[in-house]
Amino acid sequence: MNILVCISSVPDTTSKINFKNDNTIFETEGVQFIINPNDEFGLTRAIWLQQSHGANVTVVSVGDSSCEPILRKCLAIGADQAIRIDTIPKDGFQVVAYLTSLLEINKYDLIITGRESIDYNGGMVGGMLATKLKIPYLSNCIYLDIKDDNLKLEREFDGGKEKVSASLPIVIGSQKGLVEEKDLIIPNMRGIMQARQKPLEVLSPEQVELSTQDLSFEKPSEKGPVRLVDAENIDELIDLLENEAKVI
Amino acid sequence: MTILVVIESELGKIKKSGLELASYGRKIADDKGLKLTAVGFNIEDYSVLNKYGVDKLYNVETGEDIFFDVDRYSETITKIIKEENAILIVVSSSADGRYLGPVLSIKTQSAYIPNVVEVPSQYEPIQVKCSCFTNKAFKTSKSLKNRTIISLLSNSFGLNEKASSLELINHNYENGIVNLKVESVDKVSDKVSIADAQIVVSGGRGLKGPENWYLIEDLAEVLGAATACSKPVSDMGWRPHSEHVGQTGKPVASNLYIAVGVSGAIQHLAGINSSKIKVVINNDPEAPFFKAADYGIVGDAFDVIPKLTEKLKMRK
Repeated sequence: MNILVCISSVPDTTSKINFKNDNTIFETEGVQFIINPNDEFGLTRAIWLQQSHGANVTVVSVGDSSCEPILRKCLAIGADQAIRIDTIPKDGFQVVAYLTSLLEINKYDLIITGRESIDYNGGMVGGMLATKLKIPYLSNCIYLDIKDDNLKLEREFDGGKEKVSASLPIVIGSQKGLVEEKDLIIPNMRGIMQARQKPLEVLSPEQVELSTQDLSFEKPSEKGPVRLVDAENIDELIDLLENEAKVI
Repeated sequence: MTILVVIESELGKIKKSGLELASYGRKIADDKGLKLTAVGFNIEDYSVLNKYGVDKLYNVETGEDIFFDVDRYSETITKIIKEENAILIVVSSSADGRYLGPVLSIKTQSAYIPNVVEVPSQYEPIQVKCSCFTNKAFKTSKSLKNRTIISLLSNSFGLNEKASSLELINHNYENGIVNLKVESVDKVSDKVSIADAQIVVSGGRGLKGPENWYLIEDLAEVLGAATACSKPVSDMGWRPHSEHVGQTGKPVASNLYIAVGVSGAIQHLAGINSSKIKVVINNDPEAPFFKAADYGIVGDAFDVIPKLTEKLKMRK
C-alpha cells in the first residue's frame, strides 16, 4: 500500500500574524513554522499503517526551499520519502492541480490531507483533489481501519459522527481524533539521523491556472477594554447581556 | 442567471443557518437584480422561506437514503446549478457545508472561497472578505472564474426578513459516482451543536475536574447553549474532543461565548474570536482572556456560576 500525506508548513499556533507590502503579503519574519496540526495527525496514522500493514509513506508539500525543514521532520517522524513541489502556492485550486499531476505519475492508495490548514483555513484541497480524481473523499476523519481494500471510517460533523464504508483509493481529511495528541510521534535522534539519508525529491511544476486571487489582508479591529462586573453583582451582568449586548 | 443557496435542514425543519443563507442571498440577488433560488433536502416545512425572500425552492426527496451523502448531494446540486445557471452559490460553514463546497466547485468548474463574512464588495469579478489565520486576520479574495461558490461563516450576516412568493419544485435525487457509503449516524440529539448554537458555554482547567461539569451544563441548559471546552480539558480526557474549541479544535462564531475558568491561550482566543460578545469568568485577574473579553467577572466559578444559573432561571 502506498500512502501520500500532503503537508502544509504553517505558522506556529502561538504566532502573531502580521502583513507587509501594503497588507498584501504575510510577514514570515520571526515566525516559527510547524507541520500543520491536522496534517500531523494524518501523518502519524500513516506511520502506524507503515508499521501494521507495511505501507510506504510519501510526504509532499508545495512550497519553496523554506519548507524543507518541515519535510525533513516528517522523514524523521518516519515517512519513507518526501517530495517538494517547488513553487509558492497561490490558492488551493493550484495546489490541487500540482497534486493531480503527481498522482498521474505515481500511484497512491490512500491520500491524506489535513482537514484544513491553520493559516488559510481553506479546507478544500482534499475534496477538490478526490473529485478531480473521481475517487471518494471523507472530510473530518476521526477513525480509519483498513482490511484488504475495504475501509471502515468515521466522520465527525456538528453534533455527531457517522460510520462510513469505502474502498481504496480514497482521500481523507485528517484531524484530531484520527490519532490523539498524545500519540503524535516525536522524532528521536535515530529518526533525525536517518531522515538526512532519505530521498527528498524536488519537482519543478508547470504553470497552472488559478481560480482565486488574494488581494489584501487586514487584522480585526482592536477591541475596547473589558467591562468588569463585581462577582457579588450578577444582576448587572445579566442586565448588560440583555439590554446592552442584546444577546440573551 | 440566479443566486443559489444550499439550505440545511434537520428532521424536515430548516436550520437557522438556512434562513441566514437565504437572507444573505436575498441581499445579493436584490443588489444584482436576480432571482434567489434555494436547494434543500427532505424539507417538510418550507413555508418559512417566503418570509426570507426565496423565489424558488428545489426540494429533493432522498427516499430511503436518509443520510447526508456528499456525492449524491453534489451531483444533484450540480444539475440544479446548471439548470438555473447560478453564478454565485452559497453554502453554510457547517461541517457538511464545508464538505460540500470544494466537491461542488470541481463538479461545476467554479472558484471556491470559504469563511466569507460579508456580502461581496464587488461583483464582476466577485470580490469578498473572508476570515483566515483562524480568525486572527481577514483577507479579501477575488474570484477568477465565471461561477463562484462561497461558504458563509455563521452569524456573520444575521437574519433579514423579506416577503416573497415561493415556487416549489421537486427535483430528482441523482445517483453518486464514487464508492462511499454512510452506514450509520450517531447524533447527540438532545444537545445544541457548537456550530448551530447562538450561545456557547465553555469550561477550562479552572473547573478542576470532569465531575464539576454540571456547572457548565446547567448554565448551558438554561441559556439553550452548546457546551465547549479548552484544549487541555479535552487532552486530559475530561471532555470529548468534539467539544474542544480553538485553533486545532472547532471554531466558534456564536453571538455569545461564555468562558469559565479558561485562561485564554492565544490558540483558544483565535478559535473563538468570531463570536460577537465574549464573557469571561475567572478567579485570576491576570488571565489573558480578560484582554479579549467584552464583559468579565473576577471570581470563583464555583461561587459565581450557580448564582448566575439560578438568576437566569428565575428570569425566564
